[in-house]
Amino acid sequence: MSGLVASALDGALCQVAGVGFGYGARSVFRDVSFAVGPGELVALCGPNGAGKSTLLRLLLGLHVPSSGVVRLGGVPVETLSRRQIARRAALLPQDAPADLPLTVREAVALGRLPHLERFQVESDVDLSAVARALALTDTTELADRPVTEISGGERQRVHLARALAQEAPLLLLDEPIAGLDLSHQLQALDLLRATVDTGRAAVVALHDLSLAARRCDRMLLLAEGALRADAAPAAVLTPETLARHFAVRAEVRIDSAGLPYVLPYETLDAGGTSEDRS
Amino acid sequence: MPPKVATPDARAEPTQIAPTRKVEGARRQGGRARRSVVLALVPLASVVAVAAALLVGPAHLSLADAAGAIGRRLGGRHGALSWQDLVVVQVRLPRALVALLVGGGLAVAGATLQGLFRNPLADAGVLGVSSGASLGAVLAIYLRLAGRAVWTLPVCAFLGAAADALLVFAIASRRGRGRLFSGTLLLVGVAVGALNVSLTTFILSVALSSYDAGRQVVYWLLGGLEARTWDHLLLGAPAVLVGVAIILASARELDALLLGELGAASVGVDVPRVRLRLVLASALVVGAAVAIAGPIGFVGLLVPHVVRLAVGPGHRTLLPLSFVGGGIFLVIADLVARTLLAPAEIPVGVVTAAVGAPVFLALLARKRSEVAAP
Repeated sequence: MSGLVASALDGALCQVAGVGFGYGARSVFRDVSFAVGPGELVALCGPNGAGKSTLLRLLLGLHVPSSGVVRLGGVPVETLSRRQIARRAALLPQDAPADLPLTVREAVALGRLPHLERFQVESDVDLSAVARALALTDTTELADRPVTEISGGERQRVHLARALAQEAPLLLLDEPIAGLDLSHQLQALDLLRATVDTGRAAVVALHDLSLAARRCDRMLLLAEGALRADAAPAAVLTPETLARHFAVRAEVRIDSAGLPYVLPYETLDAGGTSEDRS
Repeated sequence: MPPKVATPDARAEPTQIAPTRKVEGARRQGGRARRSVVLALVPLASVVAVAAALLVGPAHLSLADAAGAIGRRLGGRHGALSWQDLVVVQVRLPRALVALLVGGGLAVAGATLQGLFRNPLADAGVLGVSSGASLGAVLAIYLRLAGRAVWTLPVCAFLGAAADALLVFAIASRRGRGRLFSGTLLLVGVAVGALNVSLTTFILSVALSSYDAGRQVVYWLLGGLEARTWDHLLLGAPAVLVGVAIILASARELDALLLGELGAASVGVDVPRVRLRLVLASALVVGAAVAIAGPIGFVGLLVPHVVRLAVGPGHRTLLPLSFVGGGIFLVIADLVARTLLAPAEIPVGVVTAAVGAPVFLALLARKRSEVAAP
């Protein structure tokens, strides 16, 4: 498995080894292991409730795993301070607030917080990181407008810009393209591609499997309490996988570029899927 | 259900936005210029307000009298003071400084609670933190702790304020699952406030059986800034200033908390720890302010709101300007309170409520319409 190969590499940006987690008595997943190295754009896929958001929070040290260990840059995450974690990994949460009463520039500049001492004023380095993030996300024109007055898609790009301005080597993104139009969806994923090509890495929770296959190197499939697949999208996306883990009858075709895309036809009832599982 | 078709209205939206962008940009430029004007004027305004507080009153004094009195005092000249010097140095100056301190502290605490709860209606009075401080203080008087050592009153007020702030925070965050809903928050504040008031009334009714204790409790509950002295200032200033300093040092973290819990954690804020620190610092400020001036409502609601309109919501300018602005507001409110019906005095809380309550209702109406919209 590519996960095992990557974890053997020095300089993995994050390593997840045998991690399990549950809310109270309810187990979300068990024994999840993978590693992500520089240059990788990894799609995190799975049905609703599989624990994608939970896994991203574990990577940021916001939950304590019930077993196993999460390492950022080789260091166990529980030994790092919040600021140290923020310099290693930036998270774009799923529902970033709409009622943010700051201007776009001020919101993006918050990404510089882990690089600033308490009373330190932003330096040229910080200002240029903010300007770069605004330019990359196509939000420079919005810079002086209040976040409350821009559209939902624009807001999503502003929050992406905040995560980019943080300049952490690892980006964790929870549904970053939900609510974006087709052009901005592709633009956001291309932006992530270009960002990881500079030696960073991104783990992106995505529902659009075809788009994930189009832009990501690797696909993690989280379903039914475990990591079910960790491979190239073409190897993960099969009609059998979609039936077993997403409970849909679907066809997987290969486009002219040799990439798979998914055509879902109908949902499978619980009885059919449970037979498949056994 | 039929598929949604783009209506002409939906298509018209971008063209509506486009022309306003330039206007918006111009307004923001104007906002920056206005910010520097405000930053220059506010310290000047505080000096003018204090000067007015020194000169206006039953005894007519000139600017030369006041300046001379303060100069002689600072010059360390002792011996018999003239009556003008006494009025300035022993009556009006400490009273004005207590007003500056209390008003500034309450405004900063209000701005902090609003940022912390991400709710413009949050305020020490609305959340029951002030009445918690009152309860603590009244308890200290009734149990005769305050008679034994002067610092016990502010300490008990702080404990009451802190207990309430933590309680409100715990309940409101639990109900909202991390997101704090304005409705829940205000209802919790109302309930806790009502409990505090009934307990305070209970202590008062018990205390009234002893003339001395009852008189002290009633006198304290009336609050206000009447006859506040240098002792009051020395008692309250350390706690208010320490609390305000802690809050000012956390301005960036308050900005980050506007991103929501996860967003703030992503940029390196230890959310639970920062929240606890800010709740306790606010309680320290409110406890000390209430201990020396009694409960004064609406300062923490009104002042940050006005400052936000003038310079925007960034806490690095909002907090210091709220401190100075709150001080100015209370000095002027106190001036009105003691001159409007002179020689009788109106409690200063009446003046602040007369200005603050309409603003609160207007904010509430606007918040409701925002909540109603999806």
